[in-house]
Formats: sequence, C-alpha cells, structure tokens
Amino acid sequence: MNPLVTPDIGLVFWTTVSFAVLFFLLAKFAWKPIMGALDERERFIEDALSKAEAAKEEMSRLTSENETLLKQARIERDAILQEAKKVKDQIIGEAKDAAHKEGARQIELARIEINNQKAIAMADVKNQVAALSLEIAEKVLRKQFEDQGKQDALVADLLKEVKL
Amino acid sequence: MYKSSILKSKIFTLLRICAVFLTLTAFSIPAFSQAEHAEHTEGAEKKFEPGEVVLEHIADSHSLHIIGHTHLPLPVIVYTDKGLEMFSSGKLAHEAGEHEAGAAGVYKGNYNYKLVNDKVKIVNEAGEVDEAATSKLYDFSITRNVVSMWMSIAFLLIIFLSVSSAYKKRQGKAPKGLQSFMEPIILFVRDDIARPNIGYKYQRFMPLLLTVFFFIWINNLIGLVPFFPGGANLTGNIAVTLVLSVITLIVVNLNGNKHYWQHVFVPADVPVWIWPLWWVIELVGIISKPFALMIRLFANITAGHIIVLSLISLIFVFQSFAIAPISVAFVVFMDVLELLVAALQAFIFTLLTALFIGTAIEEHHH
Repeated sequence: MNPLVTPDIGLVFWTTVSFAVLFFLLAKFAWKPIMGALDERERFIEDALSKAEAAKEEMSRLTSENETLLKQARIERDAILQEAKKVKDQIIGEAKDAAHKEGARQIELARIEINNQKAIAMADVKNQVAALSLEIAEKVLRKQFEDQGKQDALVADLLKEVKL
Repeated sequence: MYKSSILKSKIFTLLRICAVFLTLTAFSIPAFSQAEHAEHTEGAEKKFEPGEVVLEHIADSHSLHIIGHTHLPLPVIVYTDKGLEMFSSGKLAHEAGEHEAGAAGVYKGNYNYKLVNDKVKIVNEAGEVDEAATSKLYDFSITRNVVSMWMSIAFLLIIFLSVSSAYKKRQGKAPKGLQSFMEPIILFVRDDIARPNIGYKYQRFMPLLLTVFFFIWINNLIGLVPFFPGGANLTGNIAVTLVLSVITLIVVNLNGNKHYWQHVFVPADVPVWIWPLWWVIELVGIISKPFALMIRLFANITAGHIIVLSLISLIFVFQSFAIAPISVAFVVFMDVLELLVAALQAFIFTLLTALFIGTAIEEHHH
C-alpha cells in the first residue's frame, strides 16, 4: 500500500491526544469566554438599538404632545386676549356712559344752581330797584307837592281827565 | 472613500504576502540545491529523482531538517512485544548516509532498529529487515509532523488565549489588535458555517467547529512555509485527516436524534423487505461522509505540496538556473493559490462537519 495513504499509528495517536488537549484548552479558556463576550456584546448592541428606538418614539411622542400643548396654549391665549379685549371695551364703554351721565348730572346741577342763583339775584335786584324807585318816587312827590299851587293844578288836571 | 482605502490595504496586504513568499521561495532554493548537491557528490552516478524527493518531503520524517546538512534528531518511541523503548533518531542512520551512531546506523535496543525510507524497521544481525517482527512494532515517535502539530497548537493557544484575555480586559469595548483580526473570522465560523447549517442549537458545537477550523487553517499555513520550522505536510497526512474526520463521525452520530436514527433504521414509506439493503446504504452513507472529508483535505493539501515541490524540482531536472525564474514564478503563483486553498479547505471541512451535524440533529415536522 502506498505509504501516502497509510495512516501511521503514531501520528494517529499523537494527533488524537494533541487535538483533544487543544480542544479542551481552547474550549474552556478561549471559545467559552470569547463566544460569551460576543453574545453579550450583541445583546448589548441589540438592547441599545431597541432602547434608542424606544427613546426616539418617546421623543416623537413628546414632541407631538408638546405641539398639541402649544397649540392649546395658543388657542387659550387667543381666547383670553379676546376676552380681555371684550372686557376692556365693556369697561371703557361703561366708564364712558358713567362719565356722560355724571357730566350731564353735574351740568344739570350747575344749571339749576345757576338758575337758582340768578333767581335770587334777580329777586334781590328787583327788591332793591323797587325800594330805590319808591324812594325816588317819594322824593319826587315830596318835591312836587311842596307848594299848594302845584297840588291844586294837579288836582285840576286830574279832574279834567275825569269825564263824568 | 472608506471602502477604497480598505480595498487598497487589502491589495497591499496581498502584495506583502506575495513578497514574503517570493523571498521564502528564493531562500528555499539554495537549501534545496545544497541537499541535491550533496547527493550528487556522494554518488555521482545517482540521478536526481524528483518523485523520490517530492515524496520524501511530503511524508513524515524522524528528524527535523533545519538547513543544509543540519538535521535535528527527534525522539523515537517504539512499542514492541518486549515493551516500550525510547531513543534519539540520531542513533538511526539516515538514508543520506549521515552516520552519527553505530555501524550501518543500527540501534541495538530490545531489537535492532534501522530506518528504511524514514520508517523504523526491525533488522536482524545481518542488517536485513525482519518483516515479521516489524509488523508487531508500533511506532509512537515524535516525528516532524508531531513537532509541527505541537508548534501549531502552541500558536493557537497563544493567539486565542490572548484574544480571550483581550475580551475579558476590554469588556464592553470595541475589539482591538489581534482581537479585531480574529473576531470577524470567529463570527464568520459562527454566522456563515454554524448557524445556517446547524440551526438554533449551534452554540453547543461552536468550540469543536472553531477548533477544527483554526487547527486545519494554521496547519495548512505552516505547511506552506518552505523552511524550518514550517514545511511539514501535516494536514496533507492521511493520519491527521483520519483523526479529524473520525471526530466528525463520532460527533455527528453521537448527536444524532430520534429522527436521524429512525431514518437510518426504520425508514417510513420504504417497504420492509428493502430495509436490509437500506441499512447497508445508510451505513455506507454514514461512513462515506467523513471518509470524503478525510480524502478531500489530505488530497488537496498534498497535491498543493506536490505541485510546488515538482515546480522546484524542475530546476534540478533541467540542471539549469535558467529555468529558475519560470519555476519561481509558477511557485509564487501556486503559493498564493495555496494560501486560498489553505483557508478554503479549513472552511469546507468545518462547513461540511456543521452540515452533517445539522442533518443529524434536524427536527422533522411531519
């Protein structure tokens, strides 16, 4: 038989022993930790990826939530502003009305007062004019009727006027 | 940009590998020519026989050829009916005629031992091979292949224990250095060999597949280095591939589940009268799968070595340096091809092992 294809018992023996030793050493001290580390790292990466995905989803959820919140806030703000404007207009209107009314009242009061004062003053003036007129008339009459002739003339005049 | 830089670095690496091999091959020629020169001076009439030289180089040996005439003797361990014996191969003569020991290179122990065609034989007083006694001799010597294998095992242990410690030290960090070089290969074995062929139970078989893959690969590569301490044709030795394929055979059949054995022994939809024939066919199938693994690895690696050695031998066949550039060019081409084959055969062996395991543990759902 060709020596090339005849297995030597010695080499078979040593290969078996050496390979077995190599296998156990590598399996225990190399492959186990290496495969473990690789698996662990893969798990870690997968975990990190899924976490990142979750974070992204959370992020987008938060963003959309924020947006809706913002939109709501904007609507609320607009409503508040509108309300405020309405209230302002109302208050202004009311104040104007009140002012108008008060003004009118004040003017009315003033006019009444003026009229009163005017009436008082007029009455006063009339009294004084009357007194003055009476005094003047008394004085005039006194002067006129100082001599008898004039009195008689006047009586004659007056009698003339009287037509019986 | 990034991709192109990777491509460039790959091409660069390839060039570097080519350059290394060119240098190595260039070195190996003088060594070769010295050896041949010696042969020529000793027996001027002895013609250069490329066949012998090639077979001698791809076969196992009881000594380590270092350079030129320098051989490192290795321990010879033989078991005979008179017990276990251990002595240096330096005490046995080499065919090249380098007598370091007793007359005609015979070592006298329990028996008289002599090396014939680099195999330990028992000889009688007259120096003739005693076939009857030799057939009871079991040679457990530490040969060149055993030394080479131990070296590769040392390499593997150094590489992967340091990689493993890197994983412990740099826990949770990105791989670095040797670790980052090995990780894609380990992941390749896991994701492209084990997982698709074995399925979700792949983890149990990862240690075996990784060990087989790297053991075959590194030994293929060491076999490509033409000078000491490389050059042994370990994965091209039928004994080694036999052991590896027997391991596959055992692992596959030990892990075979109910469906696997049911398919072998009580096949459904097969008439009962065919069953005996079926058993024979299935048994042949069980044996032939690892047998093919054994032959494939052995033949591929041995063929590569034979081609490279034949190309180098051309120089000595033509006895001309003019042929050297052509030889070297072809050898460089072959060496680069063998680099591919080295990885490819390791891949195929592991892939098929995974595939056989996968079919044995596959769960059928009818």
